[in-house]
Parts: sequence; C-alpha cells; structure tokens
Amino acid sequence: MQIEGVDKSKRQFLSSALTVVGTVGAGYLAVPFLAQMQPSVKAMAAGAPVDVDISKIEPGQLIRVEWRGKPVWILNRSEEVLETLRTLDDQLRDPLSNNSDQPNYAKNTVRAIKPEIFIAVGLCTHLGCSPTYRPEIAPHDLGEKWKGGFFCPCHGSWFDLAGRVFTGVPAPANLEVPPHRYVTDTHLIIGESASEASA
Amino acid sequence: MKPSRFTAVGNWILDRFPLTNLWNDHMAHYYAPKNLNFWYFFGSLALLVLVNQFLTGILLTMNYKPDATLAFDSVEYIMRDVNWGWLVRYMHSTGASAFFIVVYLHMFRGMLYGSFKQPRELIWIFGMFIFVALMAEAFMGYLLPWGQMSYWGAQVIISLFSAIPVIGDELALWIRGDYVVSDATLNRFFAFHVISVPLVLVLLVLLHLIALHESGSNNPDGIEIKEHEDENGFPVDGIPLHPYYTVKDIVGVGVFLLFFATVIFYMPEMGGYFLEHANFIPADPMKTPEHIAPVWYFTPFYAILRAIPDKFAGVVGMGGAIVVLFLLPWLDRSPVKSIRYRGGIYKKALLLFVISFLALGYLGTQPATPLATTFARIFTAIYFGFFLLMPLYTRWEKTKPLPERLTDHPSLEDRIPALLETFDEITHVVPVQTESGTATRRKLNPEGLARVLGRLAINLKKKFD
Repeated sequence: MQIEGVDKSKRQFLSSALTVVGTVGAGYLAVPFLAQMQPSVKAMAAGAPVDVDISKIEPGQLIRVEWRGKPVWILNRSEEVLETLRTLDDQLRDPLSNNSDQPNYAKNTVRAIKPEIFIAVGLCTHLGCSPTYRPEIAPHDLGEKWKGGFFCPCHGSWFDLAGRVFTGVPAPANLEVPPHRYVTDTHLIIGESASEASA
Repeated sequence: MKPSRFTAVGNWILDRFPLTNLWNDHMAHYYAPKNLNFWYFFGSLALLVLVNQFLTGILLTMNYKPDATLAFDSVEYIMRDVNWGWLVRYMHSTGASAFFIVVYLHMFRGMLYGSFKQPRELIWIFGMFIFVALMAEAFMGYLLPWGQMSYWGAQVIISLFSAIPVIGDELALWIRGDYVVSDATLNRFFAFHVISVPLVLVLLVLLHLIALHESGSNNPDGIEIKEHEDENGFPVDGIPLHPYYTVKDIVGVGVFLLFFATVIFYMPEMGGYFLEHANFIPADPMKTPEHIAPVWYFTPFYAILRAIPDKFAGVVGMGGAIVVLFLLPWLDRSPVKSIRYRGGIYKKALLLFVISFLALGYLGTQPATPLATTFARIFTAIYFGFFLLMPLYTRWEKTKPLPERLTDHPSLEDRIPALLETFDEITHVVPVQTESGTATRRKLNPEGLARVLGRLAINLKKKFD
C-alpha cells in the first residue's frame, strides 16, 4: 500500500467537517427531543383562566379553586383581620412585598385589590407544600405569637393572612398572588389581569 | 473417536464466541485476595438486589397503569387481586430499601479499607455514578404509586431545582412537563424509572466491574497482591474468584435472604420507614399531609437541606454532600489504604462521620423543631468537616508499617474458645436447693464481668490509636 500518496490535510479536513456537520445535526435533533418534555398544548390550555362566583363566601371563610392544577385560595377577611395585618410589619421578612411575586395591583399591605378578598396560590414559596389555614388566635400548637395565618407543615414556614412570610422561617418570599380581575363585584376571574383582558 | 453431539455443539459455539476466555478472565482465572472478609459480601449482594428489582419490576409493569387517575387503584389491584401480586410488590418495595442498605455498607467498606485509593479511583467514581443513578431511580419509582407521599415528595424534590438561579423555574417546569406535578410527570417518571435509568444502571455496573477486574480487588490489608506472583504469574496471596468466592458469596446471599424474607413477610412497611403511612392515601394536589419526610435512604441529605436556613444554599449543601463523596480519592492523602494501618485520627474521624450520618438520617425523618435543627447543623458541620479537613489530617497522622504479605486474622470459628473462656469468667456456678435435691446453676459474676468490661474498654481504646 502506498502511504506517500495520502493527502493527510484533506483527510483531516474531511474528518473535521464530518464531525462539525454531525454535531450540528445532533444539536438540531436535540431541540425537538428536549422540547417535547415541555408542557404540552393541552397542559397550557388547562392553564386557562378560571371563573369564580365569590358572592357566597362568608367572612372568615376560605374556598379553594384549582387553577393550572394548583390550589388557589380565596379568603374573605373580616375587619379585625385587616386591623391585625397592620400591626405585623416588624415581624415580617418582606412586609411591602418588594421581593415577592404578585401583580402590581396587589402590591400593597393587604396584598389584594379589594382589602377583604384575599387571593393567593396556596403553595409555600419554599418547596411547594400547601400550607394550612389557621385563622384562630394563639392555638395550643403554634403558641402565643400566632395571630392567625397560614402554617406550612412541611418545613414550618409562617405566613400572615395576607400571605406575607414571617422572619426566621425557611420560605424566602410571600405567597404568590395570581393575576386576577373582577368582572362584576362578585364575579372573579383568576389567571387574567384587567390590562390583559382589554388588550 | 468422534466427539459427541453435545461437544460438537459446544465447539461450534466456542469457535464463534470467546466464552472460554470470558469465563477464565473474569471467573476461573481471576484472582482475588484470599483474606476478603464479610465486608466484601455487599458488592455481590447489590448485584443480587439489582436482579430482584429487574424481575419484580418487569412483573409489576404488567399490571401497573402510569396514569394519574388509575395509578393508585392499579397498585391496590396488584396488592389484592393479582395472583401473588402482594409478594411481587413487597419484594420490589423492600428491595429498594435493601439496595440502599447494601450500597451504603458497600461504600463504607471502601472507606474502611481505602478501596477508592490509587489505582482504584475510577472504580469509586463509577460506583458513585451508580449511587446517583440509584437515587434518581428510587425517587422516580416512589412517585408511581401516586399516594400522598409520592405526590408531595415529588413536589418538594422537583422544587429543589427551582432554587437554581436564573434557569431554575424553567428547569422545574421542564422536569414536571406541567405547572404542577401531574399526569404528565407521572408518565415520564414511569418511562425514566422503567427504561432509561435501568439501562444506565446496567451500563454503569458493567463499567464498575470491568474497572474492578482491571486493577483487581483491594483487601482488608490494603496492599497489592500483584506484587508477589508465582511462576505462572498468579498472585501467591490470591485465590480464583470461582469457585472460592462464588461459594463464599452464597453464604452471604443466604444470610441476606433470611433478613430480606423476614421483612417481606412480617414487616413489609417497616413501621412506615420502607412504605410510608401517608402513601396509602391517594394523591391530593389540594392538601399536603401534616408531616412529610422522604424515605429513610434520603433522610441524611434531606436533614442537611433543612439545616441550612437559606433555600439556595440548602440545595447547594445537599448536592455538595454527594459531590464531596466523588472527590474522596483525592481528599485522602494517607500513604496507606486500610484502616488497619492508619493512625488514630482517621479512625476517630470515620467514627464521627458514621455517627453524624446516622444522626442526620434520624433527624431527617423527624419534624424540624428548633432543637432538631440545631443538632442537624452540628452534624452537617461534622459531615463536611470529615471530608474537607481530610487532606490535612490524613497527611499529618502517623501510620503503622505495612506488612509485606497478607496477614492472618482469626476467623469467627477461631474465636469460639476465647468466647467460651470469657463466658466462664463472667459467670460462676452456684449450688441451689430445689425440691428434688441440690442442683447447680450459672449466675452472673459481677467481679468477672467488671474485669471483662475493663479489658474490652482498654482493647477498644487501643483499636482507636
């Protein structure tokens, strides 16, 4: 066999070119393979807004609706509860919700459009457990300091009745407030902001 | 003479497939050190459990339905209506826990005798990848019964990924395939649990074994048997894997199966540790159980996660606890491998590490009270201290001289006379009056007991020097 006649640089070029083409091809193929694990169109559609009639919620009552498969709480807060919320600022990590997830119209002390109606995604911002609604004041298991709020049984995070997180617990931020808007006084849509609907 | 039909068929195959070579290279002419003790059972036991998981797993897929509306009921169907379904399912669920027990002991053996050290670093690395694949396999398998613990455990663990800055939330969404743990998540976890990860596991086990058979087994003395070979090139201190160690391993298998069967038949839930109580309630995305904890084999790492009071740092700590194990071959700077010839510092450090690992495992099953969290922080510090300070203390400590050849250690059988003597020492014979006359009875001798315990304490202290 003749070795002298071999054009090594041509071989090198062909091998490199083939490697590049093969890698690019594999890269292109990886896109649909990885993307098919993204939420499907059906799962996205299930994320559609939910209509809720809130006319029948009594003060102090909490109802749960499912939005994007998550529990969403709608709580009717009494005047006393709103009074208590104003006194808690020094015990909270983020009382003004500067580092928390909520639409702008819910970025206030009570974290709501209408002060008495509180809407939040019922999943702890730590690792996603669903906290329990504990409206009672100073219950035996939670102690004297408890003024009513949400308690996460998984890792012991405390939230007040505006979903604001207390200091010294693992949760980093306040509970998420989903986008929502009122069609009428008692007809609420969760998953849509007023601005989006008009656009 | 004309060869028989049987031999002819055999020869036909051997001409076309290197069966003889394979058998000799890896069994009949593969020499292992002659002094391997009971710690060396756990490798072959892990292989046995792997086979158990494959067989029972395949049988379970024949009746299981990976669908959020059907999964829970199909597991109950297997338990109640499928012939022997309860046995297959308990073998699979107990096998998962057994796998981790065996693998943890196997890893501890490596730490005792320095099996991860040069020239066996790659064996350790492959082994660590097996451990990680095993954790992924176990985690995804635990979602399949679609009970409350399955659901909320997956929710918490997938949320760990969302702690990663920038890409975290997108990554968690991609893993779930939905905004929450849902049917899509269950279906893909089934695919991973049943196909992808098992394939990866088998491949890794092969790599682990090929690398092992290249450098040969380490041994309790931590010296290389290849340095002394006979005229045929076989190590003088080695014996062929087959039949010697295959037969020895059968004894290990027998003892293991005794425990395994006891759990399967008498305590398949293991008091809520192997199968958690809350998992007998179907998954409810609207409500989290009062107290959630992972299955026992994840609890040491889970306790580290909870001990760190920051979401991202907690996840980094948890991942770091596993990553640091990969680095073990390069953290350990001791010139000797085996604990028999190391100095006292490593022995005490290893003891502290074992205590902190077990304590973290316990704390991970308990609710996170302030006191428990404080303890978890102390043990987390010890856990990382053991690894991160290792380059220092293994270099400083004074080691003992290594023997030239493998040493003899008394076997259990050899120790029987000494044990009988000790029994004589801590008891004495006293005559007692009974209705039918005088009889003798052995009573505890407090003086003898004190002597024996004193000797034991001195010996124990010597062992840690």
